[in-house]
Amino acid sequence: MKRTVSFLFALMLLFVSAAYADDGFSTSYTYGYDYWEDVQESPDAYRVKTVLDSTNLGMDKLDNQVLRKPQSLFVKDQELYICDTGNNRIIQVHVSGDRYDVVRVINAVKGSAEDYELAESFNLKSQEYEKAITERVKAEEKLAEMTGTSQEEENSEAAAVMEEVQESVNEVLGTESTTEAPEEVSASDAEIEAATLALEQAREREEQIHQETVEAEEKAKAQGCSIWQYDAWQKDGEGNIVSVLNTPNDIAVDDTGNIYIADTNNYRVIKMDRDCNLIWEFTKPLDATFDQSQNFLPKKIVVDVAGRVYALCQNINKGLVKFEEDGVFSGFIGANAVSVSMVDYIWKRYFQTKEQRAQTANFVPTEYENICIDADGFIYATTTVFSEGDLRWDNAKPIRRLNSLGNDILIKSDKIPPIGDIEWISGGGEATGPSKLVDITVLNNDMYVALDRVRGRLFGYDSQGVMLWAFGTKGNVDGAFNGAISIEHIGHNLLVLDQLKNSITVFEPTEYGKTIYSAIDTYLSGEYDESAALWQEVLKLNANYPLAFRGIGRAVLRQNKYKEAMEWFELAHDRENYGRAFKLYRKEWVESNIWWIVLVVALLLIVPLAIGMIKKLKWEVIMHEHSKVRK
Amino acid sequence: MSIAKSASKGVKPLRSTSEKTESRKAWWKRYLASMKYGLHVITHPFDGFWDLIHEKRGTIAAANTFLILFLITRVLKLLLTSFQFISAPIQYINVFQEMGSLALPFIILCLANWAMTTLFDGKGRFKDIYMAMCYALIPYILIQIPMIVVSNMLTYEEGSFYTVLLSFSVIWCVFLVFVGLMEVHDYGPGKTFIFLIVTIFGAAVIIFLLLVFFSLLGDALSYFISMYREIVFRLN
Repeated sequence: MKRTVSFLFALMLLFVSAAYADDGFSTSYTYGYDYWEDVQESPDAYRVKTVLDSTNLGMDKLDNQVLRKPQSLFVKDQELYICDTGNNRIIQVHVSGDRYDVVRVINAVKGSAEDYELAESFNLKSQEYEKAITERVKAEEKLAEMTGTSQEEENSEAAAVMEEVQESVNEVLGTESTTEAPEEVSASDAEIEAATLALEQAREREEQIHQETVEAEEKAKAQGCSIWQYDAWQKDGEGNIVSVLNTPNDIAVDDTGNIYIADTNNYRVIKMDRDCNLIWEFTKPLDATFDQSQNFLPKKIVVDVAGRVYALCQNINKGLVKFEEDGVFSGFIGANAVSVSMVDYIWKRYFQTKEQRAQTANFVPTEYENICIDADGFIYATTTVFSEGDLRWDNAKPIRRLNSLGNDILIKSDKIPPIGDIEWISGGGEATGPSKLVDITVLNNDMYVALDRVRGRLFGYDSQGVMLWAFGTKGNVDGAFNGAISIEHIGHNLLVLDQLKNSITVFEPTEYGKTIYSAIDTYLSGEYDESAALWQEVLKLNANYPLAFRGIGRAVLRQNKYKEAMEWFELAHDRENYGRAFKLYRKEWVESNIWWIVLVVALLLIVPLAIGMIKKLKWEVIMHEHSKVRK
Repeated sequence: MSIAKSASKGVKPLRSTSEKTESRKAWWKRYLASMKYGLHVITHPFDGFWDLIHEKRGTIAAANTFLILFLITRVLKLLLTSFQFISAPIQYINVFQEMGSLALPFIILCLANWAMTTLFDGKGRFKDIYMAMCYALIPYILIQIPMIVVSNMLTYEEGSFYTVLLSFSVIWCVFLVFVGLMEVHDYGPGKTFIFLIVTIFGAAVIIFLLLVFFSLLGDALSYFISMYREIVFRLN
């Protein structure tokens, strides 16, 4: 409720400020969460720099084809690649300062004629092989039919009984027998023998062609054939071998300039050089671990420094499909663990019938939503399949950082793990429920920004998993999104792709955002005093910024001002650092007050002793007096 | 005569004030003794609780004091413990609400226990039960107040000492409640345990009845109010 009100208020502010702003761009509403998980409004960390749509990019002059359902962005150095998925093409844009120039449009890949021939021969062989298989299957069926009828004959007695029953039924019903006696296929032994022989031959032929196919494949491999998805290729009029992209969903570029494209509906990942000459096609792994009944539908790809390709595939829930540099499938990494709640398990195991169990879905691991690779080669993955209850206790893990073994090593030092919004309205409908993080991008210093599809928001986190800021909203104004789908960064600028508005929103950090970044930068490079000064700047702009408290605290602690550091850490609710400062403070305090402590302890020991002695003396005196009286 | 009368008049109130001060002094003496007796109760619970009730060593005034001290301890703990150990949202804490949310269940549990045990030949009167329960809170007060100070002298890593003592105080209290009820009602341990559980159910029933009562009361009130309004409206 509070949230909605503040949100509406922010929206109002947004319109008001938009009316007065002279740059014409409205600012997005930025907020953060405090220790008590309350929303704290904050100054804007980012402002909209520009919105790139088809017109801005000059697509109308180029080929008059507007962007259609773009799915992904990729940035390498100053080159921005837009996967214009709906138009089966990729647009390369050169970014220099405020200029965005379309460099080229990639919609096909060129292959070499030799490879095409090799692939053709191999493909013909495999077609032949498939034919042989169908023939063999036919022969098998025929034989089975014959032996099947002979079996039927054996069961003729039962069949006769059945016929009688049928007749009596017919009599009762007064209808004539309409069923004819089953056609007697009298297969003689000779015919069966012939069929068996035919099957034998078919099998031999299949075996032989299989051998030939394997040979052809090996030959193709040996000669470095790069075309493996033959169906997608064709010769054009000039004799060039080309293959047109079909629904390219993602693109990646490695350090040497090779381009990788997830060409989803061609069932392949293309690796090509910067001039679009094919280097390799990654196709469906013919491996027992890969479900062969599924098509190979790569949706998202990343490439590491060694040229290994990781593909996120539709309908594959074993993790990311990993290809070695030479194109060999080398297994899955980072499979999502199957999560079953206790209640679900007990319900399914003990209270459902077998039929019910068969009908309900099995417990299957979930798929990832998107992947991204950082400079160190760690893959960041997001997932949007989880139950709401698992989020808070860090069972859902919507953001993961996968190492080479596929284990999640994301650092989460904050009270709440990075899950996007901490509070949300439940109950279904648009813009309710937890954040669904569709994409993620990793900035320098291991900071990352996740993009929420549900409410069109961006969430920035530092390397420790502490939220830096959150902003964004749904809507049509600049800086709001309808169908946020992909996020990328150039330096500290953020680019967000909207698949419904067909536009890219470029955000640049404000003074506030820049100060936060440089404060983190300077701290990490060891300039603690400067960092503290910058955090002070941040506090001037936003007095409710926990990271600033912590940052100043750490800098102050390094200057050996323990008491002051403790105060800052208490403001930041940072127990660990507070403990560190407090230990030092306590030591210092004890050292400087040691004489007082000794004095107090001594007094505590001496005073009761003295009192006891005085009492004793008194008693003795009294006893003495008494004895006097008696005498 | 008149002089004598006035003299006697003058003397009498003088004597009565001295009597009053005497009795007040005696009351204070008894009160302080019963407070001090609390230390004996928590260290020798079996004898202590028996004598508390049957030898009239306890006073209701002392019991009230302990309950109030308990509530104050609780609030102080929330407000003054180092943030490393308790992260209470201070901006949301309402001291009286905090106290009420402890005192009310306490009274309801005493009431439920009295209601249940009276039916099953428990010897304790409500006054006795209340007194025993209040005396059983003493370890909580005695341990937790110093622990508030101690928490400000420890770091989070050294917190195991703190948490162990805190849980020790709570366990001690629970033990005292158990023994106290046993002695008050002259029950065996098994029966006491069963009646502890029954008491909780009884408390639930009381809370339910209270809710029903108040909601019905509200309905009845609104009925009469609307009737009054209707009549006033018609008369005008």
